[in-house]
Amino acid sequence: MQLAFFYFFSGLSILSALFVIFFRNTLSAAIALVVTLFGVACLFGLLEAHFLAAMQVLVYAGAVMVLFLFVIMLMNLGREELLKIKLAFLGIIGVITGVCLAILLVTRFMGLSAPLLSLDLGVEYGTVKSVGKLLFGEYLIPFELTSILLLVAIIGAITLARKPQS
Amino acid sequence: MILLSHYIVVSAILFSIGVIGVLCRRNALVIFMSVEIMLNAANLAFIAFAREHGGMEGQTIAFFVMALAAAEVAVGLGIIMAVFKKQGTIDLAKINFLKG
Repeated sequence: MQLAFFYFFSGLSILSALFVIFFRNTLSAAIALVVTLFGVACLFGLLEAHFLAAMQVLVYAGAVMVLFLFVIMLMNLGREELLKIKLAFLGIIGVITGVCLAILLVTRFMGLSAPLLSLDLGVEYGTVKSVGKLLFGEYLIPFELTSILLLVAIIGAITLARKPQS
Repeated sequence: MILLSHYIVVSAILFSIGVIGVLCRRNALVIFMSVEIMLNAANLAFIAFAREHGGMEGQTIAFFVMALAAAEVAVGLGIIMAVFKKQGTIDLAKINFLKG
């Protein structure tokens, strides 16, 4: 049962990730990206990272995708890109490089055959409570630094989006 | 029976798809989406290894990666909008005001 879900969701996310990079229309690519992120969220759920699965849907499929869609709508990118179907020479090199990387990584990682279900995990594994305990205990300083990072990102985004003064 | 390698292979494939997207597309927005796919692949690997070891640390790191990705998207899309306002295009082959 779990294996069937795994194959379904991983197939879904890989297929839609391919759609993201091969769709000519930017809007369709964004919608395919939502499906990819949802599939990855389901894989998180299968790995018993429930809190992160929820965060993935909220942060990525919610907030980040809304930003992407806003920018696409603001730029009004239509079908102008459809005309440029021809793949440039550099594009072919890129595809070859990526496929070689995939083959290298996949053949390397095929050897990891540790069974995932052998460990007896507690009921708290992957819940908000256990993630929160780590975030506010052992990883408190990185957590606070993340808040500074987000503040810097907010200031940077506002500075970039503002009209130039001169 | 699901092995650790299943998840790591899926993560590797997603990462490679992201690399292909970055290398062969010229639309800045699609390149950004490919970067998001790569970050997600890394997150998947982190969580799979955390599940294998039975610890929560990998999930915490994945949480930080998510926060970083959100910050990166906000700033990156701001930059893309600024470039679009200046140049009228987001085709990276046509943006050459840095004369690189």
